[in-house]
Amino acid sequence: MFCCGVYGFITRKNMIAMLVSLELMLNAVDINFVVFNRFLYPEQTEGMFFTLFAIAIAAAETALAIAIIINIFRAVRNIDVRSLNEMKF
Amino acid sequence: MYFIVALSMIVFSAMAVTTRKILRAATYLLFTLFAGAVVYFMLDYEFLGAVQIAVYAGGIVVLFVFAILLTSRPGDNSERLTSKSRVLGAVAAIATLVITGYALISRVSVALAPKPEMQALDMQQLGSTLMGTGDGQYLLPFEAVSVLLLACIIGGVVVARKR
Repeated sequence: MFCCGVYGFITRKNMIAMLVSLELMLNAVDINFVVFNRFLYPEQTEGMFFTLFAIAIAAAETALAIAIIINIFRAVRNIDVRSLNEMKF
Repeated sequence: MYFIVALSMIVFSAMAVTTRKILRAATYLLFTLFAGAVVYFMLDYEFLGAVQIAVYAGGIVVLFVFAILLTSRPGDNSERLTSKSRVLGAVAAIATLVITGYALISRVSVALAPKPEMQALDMQQLGSTLMGTGDGQYLLPFEAVSVLLLACIIGGVVVARKR
């Protein structure tokens, strides 16, 4: 799942599609943490708490990324990453 | 049962990054997150599975759908990808797969180990671990995440303000 996310992040031009692949990468890492916690240290819950906080942080980061994308859309009227090649001045 | 869920997760995530319509990518992301929540439930972490469904599948995917509907008409397709970027992406993905697969398989000797016994997580114990200030307890990250969420709310409102 992480490799699908990496492939999608590099290939897609649409910014929202890049966010989708970023979410896939984060989710794959979360599942990895939980599985290692369950199989190696069944008495301790540190992997689960890390995943809990990672889910919260991913939610915050996605919300902010979408706000930035909406702002870019208002300025340039399209959401291709390849067409954003001018700075402000 | 595990193989069905794992296979569906892989298939849906591959379809999510290779489809040309964005709204379908969001739907496949939703199915992938549901498969992830099923994996959490199978590993006896019910609280985490519930949080995944509520926050990820219920919050973030809805946010995605709103952003997609605000920034593009859903009838458009993305353009076809150029072959240079596709080759680069495929090389990066396969390199990641080979390296992490090698690191995983060379250290772990069993492939289908049964789950070790674990008593179910008591919600009271989970709550006291999350809010406690002792040795292995998580009050400080909890407060830090709440400050982060506050900063994110303020930042989001400032960035997406109406001119």
